[in-house]
Amino acid sequence: MQVPFERIVQDYGLNVLRVCRALLDEHRAQDAWSETFLSALKAYPQLADDANVLAWLVRIARNKAIDELRKNKPEILDDHQQWEHADGQPDLGLELENLQLWREVAQLPQKQRLVVGYRYLGGLSYAQIAHLVFGTEAAARRAGSDGIKNLRRILGDDTLWQEQS
Amino acid sequence: MTDSRINPTATGEETELLEKLGNELRAKAQAEELLDVSYRIVDSPVGSLLLASTPAGLVRVAFETEDHDKILELLAQKLSPRILKDPSRLDAVARQLDEYFAGTRHNFDVPLDLKLSTAFRRQVQLELGEIGYGHTWSYSHMAERIGNPKAVRAVGSACATNPIPIVLPCHRVLRTDGSLGGYLGGLEAKTELLKLENPDFGGAPGTLF
Repeated sequence: MQVPFERIVQDYGLNVLRVCRALLDEHRAQDAWSETFLSALKAYPQLADDANVLAWLVRIARNKAIDELRKNKPEILDDHQQWEHADGQPDLGLELENLQLWREVAQLPQKQRLVVGYRYLGGLSYAQIAHLVFGTEAAARRAGSDGIKNLRRILGDDTLWQEQS
Repeated sequence: MTDSRINPTATGEETELLEKLGNELRAKAQAEELLDVSYRIVDSPVGSLLLASTPAGLVRVAFETEDHDKILELLAQKLSPRILKDPSRLDAVARQLDEYFAGTRHNFDVPLDLKLSTAFRRQVQLELGEIGYGHTWSYSHMAERIGNPKAVRAVGSACATNPIPIVLPCHRVLRTDGSLGGYLGGLEAKTELLKLENPDFGGAPGTLF
């Protein structure tokens, strides 16, 4: 049985806001929040009863964020296939329920924030992120690694997002 | 869900922003015709009332005793889960209810949507609008009015399942002996409404049944 959509907004509005703020600057994050819930409202009657609502919302938000970035970088369109393919990679547990984590991500320095957001939430490769956001793959790796170090320190959790390499 | 639940982990800034974004969402949803049911909760002398409407009109008025969250879940099942809190669509009925409880309004003038009722019940429920302010009919009189004098029980069920109480005044239907019969909002609420409309109304003579 589906609950009234109002409850979805009340229960997950904050999660989606923090995720949008991790992925985009403030103005575009607010637009992405609105567009996410509007798209979700449109599709809601077709959502399976046992679907993970938060994961579904975050997937929509993530795609909105990528759409926003594409406006400035049309060549990323070519990567769309890879993006969809990368769904769920790396499989480190997104900790979408962890509100504090996503709040801290949003407060990282911009480069660290973007790399962490697109790497862990979006599942993009460092090469893709470098192409999307800035500079070189090596710079993206560095920013990502600094970001994770900061998050582990702030949250006191040394095991957060360990990639097998 | 009945009042704006504030997420305890949200900062003040986030709470404010979410409220602003939420309001924008309601406006956009309505503009794009994605809002199938909107609702608001108002205070009244008979407890808080849930008002719900579809684009066609007022579809449900529910008493606090019915459990507003449960009613919203039922509306999600029976009508559509595209439900948002949205006071703007319900301004007219909220204002008219205020006037009714202040004693200055005797008739409601808002579009109604009786799609929750079957055809027979709809006929009875619409007929309720013919009972004048401050007057009462018996269930059997009501059955005669709809041309089916034997259908007293069915008329009783139709009144008991009236989805739009107060606005469609099922509280003005009593048993033939003048006792109250039943009421979804409770007998106290029924008595209170009847006394509001007619201060001489003495309540139920004898027993309730």
